[in-house]
Amino acid sequence: MIDLTIIWAAIIAFAVAAYVVMDGFDLGIGILFPTFRVGGERDRAMNSIAPVWDGNETWLVLGGGGLMAAFPLAYAIVLPALYAPLIAMLLGLVFRGVAFEFRWRDPGHRRFWDIAFCGGSVVATFAQGITLGALLQGIHVEGRAYGGGWWDWLTPFTLLTGVSLMSGYALLGAGWLIWKTDGPTQAHARKHARMLTIALVGAIVAVSTATPFLDASYYQRWFGWPGVLAAAQMPLLVAIAAFILWRSIDLGRDWLPFAMTLILFGLSMAGLAISIWPDVIPGRVSIWDAAAPERSQVFMLIGAGLLVPVILAYTAWAYWVFRGKVDETGYH
Amino acid sequence: MNVKLGRGAEFQYSTGRLLLAGGASGPAPLLNPRKTAMLDALLLARIQFAFTVSFHFIFPAFSIGLASYLMVLEALWLKTGNGVYANLYRYWLKIFALAFGMGVVSGIVMSYQFGTNWSVFSDKAGPVIGPLMAYEVLTAFFLEAGFLGVMLFGINKVGLRLHFVATCMVALGTFISAFWILSVNSWMQTPTGFEIGANGQFLPGPSWWAIVFNPSFPYRLVHTVIAAYLTTAFVVGAVGAWHLLKDKTNPGARKMFSMAMWMAAIVAPIQIFAGDLHGLNTLEHQPAKVMAMEGHYDSHPEGAPLILFGIPNSAEKRVDYALEIPKASSLILKHDLNAPLAGLDTIPEDQHPPVGVVFWSFRIMVALGFAMLGLGLWSLAARYRKRFYDWPLLHRAAIAMGPSGFVAVIAGWVTTEVGRQPFTVYGLLRTAESAAPLEAPAVAASLVAFIVVYFAVFGAGTFYILKLMAKPPQPHETADPSGGKPIRAAGITPAVAVEGRAS
Repeated sequence: MIDLTIIWAAIIAFAVAAYVVMDGFDLGIGILFPTFRVGGERDRAMNSIAPVWDGNETWLVLGGGGLMAAFPLAYAIVLPALYAPLIAMLLGLVFRGVAFEFRWRDPGHRRFWDIAFCGGSVVATFAQGITLGALLQGIHVEGRAYGGGWWDWLTPFTLLTGVSLMSGYALLGAGWLIWKTDGPTQAHARKHARMLTIALVGAIVAVSTATPFLDASYYQRWFGWPGVLAAAQMPLLVAIAAFILWRSIDLGRDWLPFAMTLILFGLSMAGLAISIWPDVIPGRVSIWDAAAPERSQVFMLIGAGLLVPVILAYTAWAYWVFRGKVDETGYH
Repeated sequence: MNVKLGRGAEFQYSTGRLLLAGGASGPAPLLNPRKTAMLDALLLARIQFAFTVSFHFIFPAFSIGLASYLMVLEALWLKTGNGVYANLYRYWLKIFALAFGMGVVSGIVMSYQFGTNWSVFSDKAGPVIGPLMAYEVLTAFFLEAGFLGVMLFGINKVGLRLHFVATCMVALGTFISAFWILSVNSWMQTPTGFEIGANGQFLPGPSWWAIVFNPSFPYRLVHTVIAAYLTTAFVVGAVGAWHLLKDKTNPGARKMFSMAMWMAAIVAPIQIFAGDLHGLNTLEHQPAKVMAMEGHYDSHPEGAPLILFGIPNSAEKRVDYALEIPKASSLILKHDLNAPLAGLDTIPEDQHPPVGVVFWSFRIMVALGFAMLGLGLWSLAARYRKRFYDWPLLHRAAIAMGPSGFVAVIAGWVTTEVGRQPFTVYGLLRTAESAAPLEAPAVAASLVAFIVVYFAVFGAGTFYILKLMAKPPQPHETADPSGGKPIRAAGITPAVAVEGRAS
C-alpha cells in the first residue's frame, strides 16, 4: 500500500524547494539591488527577472495552499505561531511585487520604488529565514492550535537563520546575474558571489552546529545510529560543493556558480529533512497527525499528477523564451 | 463516528432547519471564556479580512474582464490586421500589467490569511476547501503567471500567433481562478457533500462533484464573472468617453467606447436576470440573508412589501421611514402577490445577519445595476440617432459611471458575505469560533500595517493607472513607459513585422 501522506509530504517539500530555488534568485537580486549602479545596471538586473518573477512566486502560494489542503492541522498551527514574520513577509512581497511595474511607470520616483524593491526583498527573505528557524526551534502546541505568544519566534537562532537565508538568496541572485548578464554587471556579480560564498558557508556551518542542540531528537537523528552514516557525509558534500562553487566563479562557465549554489541549497534542505523527518511540526505533530483525509489526498493527487508536469513544461518554455544574456539593446 | 450529511434531503438550509437547530438544542453554544477574552482580536481579524479582501477583489474584478478584452482585441487585430486593435491592445496591456501585479500581491496575502487569522476554520474546513484552492493554484495561478511574462515582454521573441496563445492562456487563467475561488466561497455559503469527522472537521464525502458544484455555485459564478466583465466594460467606456470629449475623431477612443457600450447594452440586462436567479437561489438556501436584504424583520403571511428605502432599526426590529410597494417583494421572490414570506422573526436572534449593512449594500448594488442598464439603453438610442460619438452628455454620463462596476462588485460582495454571518460555514461553523488564537495587539498591529501599506501602494498604483488612462490612445502605441526611447530590453516594442501591420 502506497502511503499517500508521504507522497504529499514529498509534493509539499518539492513546492517549497521550487519556491526557494526560483523566487530565491529574484529575491536575492532585490537584496543586492542597492549595490548596482543606477541606470543600466539596475534596469538590466530587473529585466533579467521581470518576465518570470510572478511564476516563481506562485510556488509560494502552492506551498501555503498545498499545506492547507494536504496538512490542514499543520497550516492551522504554524501560521498563527509565525504571525508577525509572515505578515511582514506578505507586506514585503507587496512592495517587491509592485515595484517591477511601478519603477517603470514613474521615473520621477524610481529611486523610491528601487528602495521598495530592495526593502521588500530583504524583509520577505529575512522573514522566511525566521520562519524556518522558528519551526526548527519548536512551536508550542495546545490541542489542535498554537498555544504560545506572538513574539515566541524571536530568538538568536531565528535571527541567525534569517541572516543565513539572506546570504543564500543573495548568492543565488549573484549566480543568476553571472549567468544572465555580461560586462560590468557580470563582473560586479562575480565580486558579490565571492563574498557571499564565504558568508553562506559560514551560515551553513553555524546553523548546522546549532541545530542538533536545539532538541534532543535532532541530536539523536544526526548522531545516533544509523542517521550518523548519512549525517557524516553532509559536511564533506558541503565542502566539495562550496569548493567547486568558489572555483567556478572565475571559471567562465557562467551557469556553474548558480548551479552550485542550488546544490548547496539542496544539501541544506536534505539536512533539514534529516533533522525533522517525519514531523511537520518538529517534536509535536507528525505528517500523519496533520494529514488530510484520504479522499482529499486522492482528489488532489490526480490534479497534481496531471498538472505539475504540465506546469513545469510551460514554465520551462517561458524560461526558454527569455534564454540567453539579457539584451543590451535599448539601453544606450 | 462520522455523521453523514448528504446533499439535499438529510440537510436542508431552510428556515425550519435553522429553527430546529436553534430550538431543539437551545441557542447555539455561547463563547467559552477564553474566546470571550479574544473577542477584540476577533473583531480586528474580521475587519482585517474584510479590508484586505475588498482591496484585493477590486483587481481581479478588473483584470478578469480586461484579460478577456485583450484577448478579443488581439484576435480582432490578427483577423483584420487593423492597427486600431493593435494600438488598443498595447494601450490596455500597460494598464493590465499594473492591475494584475497588484492583484497578485494582494492575492498572496489572502492565501495566507486563512491560516494566520482563521486557523480554526482552516483546520476544520481545510480537508474540503483546501483541495479546491490547491486546484486554483495548479490550474489558474501557474497558467496566468507562466504566460504573463510572454504576454508582456515576449511578442518579439515568440511571434504573433504564440503571443496570442499566451494572451488566451492568461485570460483563461483568470476565469479558472474565478471558478475555483467562487466554488470555495459558495461551499461556505451552501455547504454540501461533506461528512463531519470525530474531531469536528468537515471531511469530503464520496463525491467531489457535490462539493464543487454546491447549490449556490453556478449562480454565484455566473453573476460574479458577468460583474467582472461589466466592471471592465464601464472602465473602458469611461476612458473612451473621456478622450471622445477631447477629440471625437480619435479612432482608438471611438472603438473602445463603442465596444464598451455594446457590452453595457447587452450584458447589463443579462446581469439583472442572472442576479434575480441568484437571489431566488439564496432565498431557497439562505433565507435569513434575503430577509436582511429585504429588511423583513416580520413575517408577511399575505404578501410582503418591497421596501425601496428606509433605515433598518435592529433594536426595534423594524425599518424606520420605510418607503414600500405593497406585495411587490412577494411578487419578485415568489412570483405571486399574495405569497407568504417569512421574516427574521422566524430565525433565532443569534443567527441574524447584521441587517443594516446587508440592506444598504444590496440597494447600492441593485441601483448601480439599473443605472448600468440605463446607460446601455441610452447608448443604443444614441447609435440609432447617429449621435453616439457626438453627444457630450452621454460621454459625461459614461465617465461618471466608470467606477460603478467596482462599487457594485464590492457592494454585492458585502451583501453576500455579511449576509452569511454569523457563520463562516453557513449554519454550521460560527465566525466567532473560526478565528486563530491570536492576541489582540498582534492583529491590531497587522491591521494598521495593512491599511497603511495598501493605501500607499495601491493608491500609487491607481494613480499610475489613471495617468495611463489620461493619455489618449495613439497610433503606434508602444510599451515604453517614459515616452522616449525604448528602455526595456525585452519590452513589447513592436517588431518591424508588427509595425508594418499597425497603421
